[in-house]
Amino acid sequence: MALAGQLLIQGLLMGGIYGLIAVGLSLIFGVMGVINFAHGPMIVVGMYAAYWILTALGLDPYLSLVIVAGVMFLLGYLIQFSVINRILDFPEAMQVVPLVSVGLILENALLLFFGPDHHSPETALGLASFQLGPVMVDLSRLLAFGLAIVVTLAIFLFLKKSDLGKAIRAAADNRVGAQLVGIKVDRINNISFGLGAATTGAAGALLLPLMPVSPYLGHDFTMIAFVVVILGGMGNLVGALVGGLILGVAESGSTLFLQPTLKHVVSFGILVLIMLFKPQGLFAGSK
Amino acid sequence: MSRLYAFLGAVLAVLLILPLFLDKYTLGILIMIFFYAYLGQSWNILTGYTGHISLGHALYVGLGAYTSTFLAQKYGVSPWIGMWLGALTAMAVGLVIGYLGFRFGLKGVYFVILTIAFAEITRLIISHIEALGGFSGIFLDFKPGFWNFQFRGNLAYYYISLGFMCFAAVVVRVLEVSRLGRFMVAVREDEEAAQALGVDSLRCSMIAIALSAFMTALAGTFYANYIYYLHPDQIMGMGLSIELILRPIVGGLGTVLGPILGSFILTPLSEIARSYFSKGGLEGLHLILYGLLAILVVLFMRRGVLHYLRRAVKPILRPGRDG
Repeated sequence: MALAGQLLIQGLLMGGIYGLIAVGLSLIFGVMGVINFAHGPMIVVGMYAAYWILTALGLDPYLSLVIVAGVMFLLGYLIQFSVINRILDFPEAMQVVPLVSVGLILENALLLFFGPDHHSPETALGLASFQLGPVMVDLSRLLAFGLAIVVTLAIFLFLKKSDLGKAIRAAADNRVGAQLVGIKVDRINNISFGLGAATTGAAGALLLPLMPVSPYLGHDFTMIAFVVVILGGMGNLVGALVGGLILGVAESGSTLFLQPTLKHVVSFGILVLIMLFKPQGLFAGSK
Repeated sequence: MSRLYAFLGAVLAVLLILPLFLDKYTLGILIMIFFYAYLGQSWNILTGYTGHISLGHALYVGLGAYTSTFLAQKYGVSPWIGMWLGALTAMAVGLVIGYLGFRFGLKGVYFVILTIAFAEITRLIISHIEALGGFSGIFLDFKPGFWNFQFRGNLAYYYISLGFMCFAAVVVRVLEVSRLGRFMVAVREDEEAAQALGVDSLRCSMIAIALSAFMTALAGTFYANYIYYLHPDQIMGMGLSIELILRPIVGGLGTVLGPILGSFILTPLSEIARSYFSKGGLEGLHLILYGLLAILVVLFMRRGVLHYLRRAVKPILRPGRDG
């Protein structure tokens, strides 16, 4: 029972970060209708940025989160501006290639600058944990979860309340209509992709204390983000958050009867089943 | 058109006698050119002609390689026989994926994700099977001999891979001008319109994925017996799936010569860049250049290099007709 409780807590805490990752992917899809195949590598770039700031400046990832998110926003803005705005009208096959290529470039740029080795830097919290009833809670996981939720909520509020957020939602809803009322859709695209990229940066900073970083983590993150977004429904931001929690618990629970290295088999399995039987996501229609 | 065939025949003749003048390293590059041209051609059947984008083709390479290697190591089955069994295995898996994808109407990006998911699931499972070497992969014993599909030097591999490439080109050309091939293109261009005209789009798509998976797996056996080492992350990973689609895209999707041209452009670049940069400690740089090139081609030469080349040489081949 204690073990199950432990796994549930761990799953939920990880799920918060999954949710954050997926919100970015979902936002990008919602506004532009493209699937960001470079999402995972962008998270890894965020992790390395936080790692570099930690080792060079001694700034803890929880503090550098804002900087990393800002840097990723710029990177995302640039990618959208230079590549993705040009491919929005392409057939899907042709959209996949540039995005996959962006991922390939990011991944190998990291390999070039940081080498193939795993790094797991000491952070301030390290392995600190506390006892909550029968379960142990890692402080760094709890903090990551809390911050992930805060960032996600901040994005919700931004989209709901601010003028820019409303413009983004308008562009997602109806591109032509948005253009007609004077919204510069190209610029909205840049900002949306930047925002999506900023969430990957924040997630990267939060993930750094939790797992060793290496250039090749990207594909797994991309797939996780796909699973969560498809669980929650493409373009559905609340669904993405809930989907993240579900997936976190499912993966964590699967370690009860599978080796931990096989947990992604469970998530990819869920992915296939959801795509086949509930392609609009679990919460279809509640956008 | 006949001038084109004459030209291709001349190229083939040159390729046949070329090994007389080349060293082992250069032969190795040519082998990789043929190998990737073959893989790209196999992928081209599904994606180029029928329009279903697969980003998990490494799955079939891996299935072919693992099946034939396992049978050879465990039961002493010659890879020459094992390769067909591997291809049948891959075909069966391809049919399952295809049925799920096409029957449940997973279009575009959803189908892409489906193919990735299956490749990743299989890779993870194979990484956990001890009999297949697990995470560390399988080393093949070097026992040269025709029956073992292993040879000293690169000469035999050169001719085998050249044979593979020509075989695939002939298959795709025959397919392209056949009734079935026309149906496939119709499905690619507009599935609903094709159905309305009586094309059985499910059947066409299933045949395409079966043939594509079958042929892709054959290359897996070749690769295993050329490199003597199988690693699940390499032979079934996303990396290979991405590598193998870039050449046909650069060369020209949905054409017979596109994957071959793409491979002749990209493979030497990547092989030379790889060895050049990794000597200077710059591993990964060749893939960065690669990614940039792919983006540039998609942005500025959407229809592939072949399309522009063809326009340039069209007056020579046959005026007034597009091959």
